[in-house]
Amino acid sequence: MEGSIQEREAEIIENFSLFDTWEEKYEYIIDLGKKLAPLDDAYKVEENIIKGCQSTVWLTACVKDGRVFFKADSDAVIVKGLVSMLIELLSGQPPQEILDARLDFMDRIGMMQHLAQTRSNGLLSMIRQMKSYALAFQSEEIKTNSDGNR
Amino acid sequence: MESATNIVPLFDVMAVRKMFPVLNRVVHNKPLVYLDNAATTQKPEIVTDMLDFYYKNYNANIHRGIHALAEEATEAFEATRTDVQSFINAAHREEIIFTSGTTDSINLVSHTWAKANLKRGDEIIITGMEHHSNIVPWQLVCEERGAKLKVVPVLENGELDLEAYHNLLSEKTKLVAVAHVSNALGTINPVKKMVEAAHKAGAVVLVDGAQSAVHLDINVRDLNCDFFAFSAHKIYGPTGVGVLYGKKKILEAMPVFRGGGEMIKEVTFEKTTYNELPYKFEAGTPHIAGVIAFKAALDFIKQTGKDFVKNYEDDLLKYATDELLKLEGLQIIGNAKHKTSLVSFTLDGIHPQDVGVLLDQQGIAVRTGHHCTQPLMARFGIPGTIRASFALYNTHEEIDALINGLQKAIKMLK
Repeated sequence: MEGSIQEREAEIIENFSLFDTWEEKYEYIIDLGKKLAPLDDAYKVEENIIKGCQSTVWLTACVKDGRVFFKADSDAVIVKGLVSMLIELLSGQPPQEILDARLDFMDRIGMMQHLAQTRSNGLLSMIRQMKSYALAFQSEEIKTNSDGNR
Repeated sequence: MESATNIVPLFDVMAVRKMFPVLNRVVHNKPLVYLDNAATTQKPEIVTDMLDFYYKNYNANIHRGIHALAEEATEAFEATRTDVQSFINAAHREEIIFTSGTTDSINLVSHTWAKANLKRGDEIIITGMEHHSNIVPWQLVCEERGAKLKVVPVLENGELDLEAYHNLLSEKTKLVAVAHVSNALGTINPVKKMVEAAHKAGAVVLVDGAQSAVHLDINVRDLNCDFFAFSAHKIYGPTGVGVLYGKKKILEAMPVFRGGGEMIKEVTFEKTTYNELPYKFEAGTPHIAGVIAFKAALDFIKQTGKDFVKNYEDDLLKYATDELLKLEGLQIIGNAKHKTSLVSFTLDGIHPQDVGVLLDQQGIAVRTGHHCTQPLMARFGIPGTIRASFALYNTHEEIDALINGLQKAIKMLK
């Protein structure tokens, strides 16, 4: 997906507006979950775990040319579908954009309950973790730039 | 028999359902099917009416006031204590201590009795199917006192390995803490026999009755347990109210727990003397409204008749088990001979949470996850289960809705 986070969000909201029933909505999310490339076992280590009470999310990130790229996985497929959407939105964006993202789309597509269930699926913690990666990469970048200016 | 036939001839489930307004709710545009009763039961209107009536008519702090409202509130509060005594057949009403719930009751014992009686090298026996609330308080006190925690293993069918239990018992055993009924499996444990064996070894026994109080006839004198803990909210009563039963002699010898109002006799800056049982363990203003409304829940249970309810719930369990087993790839976790109306299961290749989400979309409330029994889930090598737990207001039609809901969820997830 191209474009800014806001443009990408608008696209997701539009996609969801085409669904008439909850079944269609969830089938779409389940499909996204199944299609998300599984995370390499090498990344499924303790430090990448965002533990929910019921399911687990693994998240890893790297920075390239001033943009942050995420990879993630989950053992529950609906969470994985939602994870997939978050990656679509935030991966490849500059750190500041990620930090500023409000991610209202979750509410607009009727998936807010999955963010509220922080204890059960760790999705909200995942968003926090994505933002702290962005912040860490940003500070690194600023540091490198100021080092270079010296 | 006489009172039972008067009120609900042959157990009229539709009449009972009418007493629970929340059962008329619509969730995600579907009629609510509430099958998470092991987490908390719904409340009959007489209970919520009582909460409301108390606050509107005689709200007052209890025991110390001499005005009319305080006297009425005290009387109602103490009437619940008498009813709880009869509900569990305790010998004395001062053996009934009000707490905030089962967890609080267990912590009371771990902070008082256990601290006073445990020394280095002593042992506490728990079982592999305990709720975290009957594990962690003992771990904490064992760590503090240098005592050891021993665990009775769980067999493949979800029953306790009683041979192992007998082998674990020794003169080192000071306490046995065991669930009457497993919240994750539904297994009814043979606590009476376990108490007998523990007493022979010189140990005292705490029975966690959180899951049994609503389904089984509780008779603490027959069980002969030293402590029995349960929660009001799992037996149609309000949240925030629990009970600790303890044998009078043991409670009298126990040091106090929390300090504050109610629990004192006289306070000077040099020394405080403590109130008598049960007040000695009831520091601070209790959940007065909750305790008073709890009586209405106990009345409700008495009126419906536990025998009728037990038969009805056993029938729900049998029907649900038979129907669930028809689903492909479904495995029931916990196949004990004696179970309460609760069924825990897994589906091949499907995460329990996904099933929970899709059932919720269909208005069906079940519990998914580890049910606060992580060691038990580890024992079965699973991350969690899907648990449907039934109450007296559930119906065969609701079980059919669960089966249809599961079929739909499986189709969507496969």
